[in-house]
Amino acid sequence: MDRENIGILIVDDELSVRDSLTKWFEADGYRVDSAESAAAAMVKLREQAWDVILLDIKMPGMDGIEFNRHIKQVDKDIIVIIMTAYASVDTAVEALKDGVFDYVVKPIDPDDFTHIIRNALEKRRLSQENVQLRQKIEDLTTPDEIIGTSPKLKRVMEMIASVAGTDATVMIRGESGSGKELVARAIHSNSPRRYAPIISINCGAITDTLLESELFGHEKGAFTGAISQRKGKLERGDKGTVFFDEIGNISLKMQMDLLRVIETKQFCRVGSDKPINVDFRIISATNKNLEEAITHGEFREDLYFRLNVFTIDIPPIRERQEDIPLLANYFLRNCANSMAKNVNGISEDAMKMLLKYEWPGNVRELRNVVERAVVLAPSDIIQPGDLSFPFAYRQKEPGGDTLDEAEKVHIARILDRVEWNISQAANILGIDRTTLYSKIKKFQLSKKN
Amino acid sequence: MTPSKLYIIPIELTDVSVIDPLFTILAQCFRLNTALYRKPIALDRAYDPKRNQYYSSEILAQIINDPPPDAFRVLGVVGLDIYIPVLTYLYGEAQFKGLGALTSTFRLNPGFYGNPEDPHLLQDRLVKEAVHEVGHTYGLIHCSHPACVMSSSTYIEDVDEKTASFCKSCHERLAAFPLRQESPL
Repeated sequence: MDRENIGILIVDDELSVRDSLTKWFEADGYRVDSAESAAAAMVKLREQAWDVILLDIKMPGMDGIEFNRHIKQVDKDIIVIIMTAYASVDTAVEALKDGVFDYVVKPIDPDDFTHIIRNALEKRRLSQENVQLRQKIEDLTTPDEIIGTSPKLKRVMEMIASVAGTDATVMIRGESGSGKELVARAIHSNSPRRYAPIISINCGAITDTLLESELFGHEKGAFTGAISQRKGKLERGDKGTVFFDEIGNISLKMQMDLLRVIETKQFCRVGSDKPINVDFRIISATNKNLEEAITHGEFREDLYFRLNVFTIDIPPIRERQEDIPLLANYFLRNCANSMAKNVNGISEDAMKMLLKYEWPGNVRELRNVVERAVVLAPSDIIQPGDLSFPFAYRQKEPGGDTLDEAEKVHIARILDRVEWNISQAANILGIDRTTLYSKIKKFQLSKKN
Repeated sequence: MTPSKLYIIPIELTDVSVIDPLFTILAQCFRLNTALYRKPIALDRAYDPKRNQYYSSEILAQIINDPPPDAFRVLGVVGLDIYIPVLTYLYGEAQFKGLGALTSTFRLNPGFYGNPEDPHLLQDRLVKEAVHEVGHTYGLIHCSHPACVMSSSTYIEDVDEKTASFCKSCHERLAAFPLRQESPL
């Protein structure tokens, strides 16, 4: 920061002190002003921002110790240095307890004074830099890819918001590609642990032996190839979050080891018997039916209950069809920007195809399809011919998978067929009018449906 | 009369010849005519018996009071130990973008630190501090370049480390300052 942008306010009832310090700091190039009392200083404090305040203890009216408390109420980050001609251990302790940066006895050696001011400004700079970096971290870690306005997704967002601030262990369930890691990152970045890292471990992608070394780290020479000491992911996740993806894929032995770590928050590196204490939050994810795995003896029940304190179920994209246009357009904008391609829309017919597709690969598949289309599109609008699906194009069965969804679609079709003649529709459906009205209300059907 | 001169006022110097090099060097640095000016200073008004030191701002105030009509800058060179209320001692004081500056030889003298008297070293140090303080009257602030004469000196080693010259940046700032066109009074 340029010195002219650093403001120093001198508060002392002695004119000679104010004048001499003003000259001293002016020569250093700082923006300097002075006040003869706490009341006058309070006016200047409200008018302008100050980085450092040099404060005399003994002043008529409010003394320096008391005024320091007022300063901290206006801006707790202002550096306050107390000056006194009468050194007293009690007042020095009181001042330092109240957050005063330093306590100097007049007269002070010029070199000491220069160092105190330099250290004070360095502290101020570091605390401002800290605030800026935290803001940058928040900007970088704020999840911006959880897109959608459907009630089911809103429910997921509400659950993220309610669990993030706690330290509860979270299990995320959802089909492959539904965005489980995004949800884990959203929980982490909204939690008090957000300034520490989130460490992801894909349990399905590595063998048991490797997983052990990955999780716990190893000492030099612990096994062939261990040419140096290495910290494991649990150690690197200290104070942060550890995300176990595909937790349903780990072996029974690793389940036991993991359970022990979760219970004791302690482990040893491979090849060492020295325990390491860690503090991390666990978020796990799976697309497996763990309850079923427990009944088959493939997953430990005690670990299941440890991991499954709070569950978030991510709906597959076919259950939140209204989010498809939002997601598709979001992926299109991102991809077109990063590739500098002039593609800015999806035609109505292409969107209809996206809406009718079953999306077995969920949001990940939708993103891939849109990105591929952006690359291939010869014009600025994506057309049906630009879309290619990794799986054979399978239209979604009308009505979806559940009985409720099938019933909704069937009632809507009958109502449309009889142009919403309730008596006629009830007759065809074999139910009475009251039941039909309650079904219409339940499924939120209307003529436009 | 257009103010165009830098007047040097010796105050309580044991050996007045210590200021001899200042006339030439300050004239070159600031492109001004320099001249000796003798003026009585009421030192008793600046003396603090508790500290056995002299309040530099009081001496500076007397120096700039009623200067010669053609004075563009006034520099006092005092042989006494000077202070400002917050600090234990000073090498000098100046009015930022103002008329007057003051520098003390008291702590520039090698004898003060128990070393043998060395008139040349004392003169070298005085030149640096005089240029430094007069530099402040031209609006120059402390420079982070350790060799620049405008770098801040709180210990005698700092004075010895720097040169009597301006760094490029301070030199440019000095050149941009209005010279002799207007009175700073």
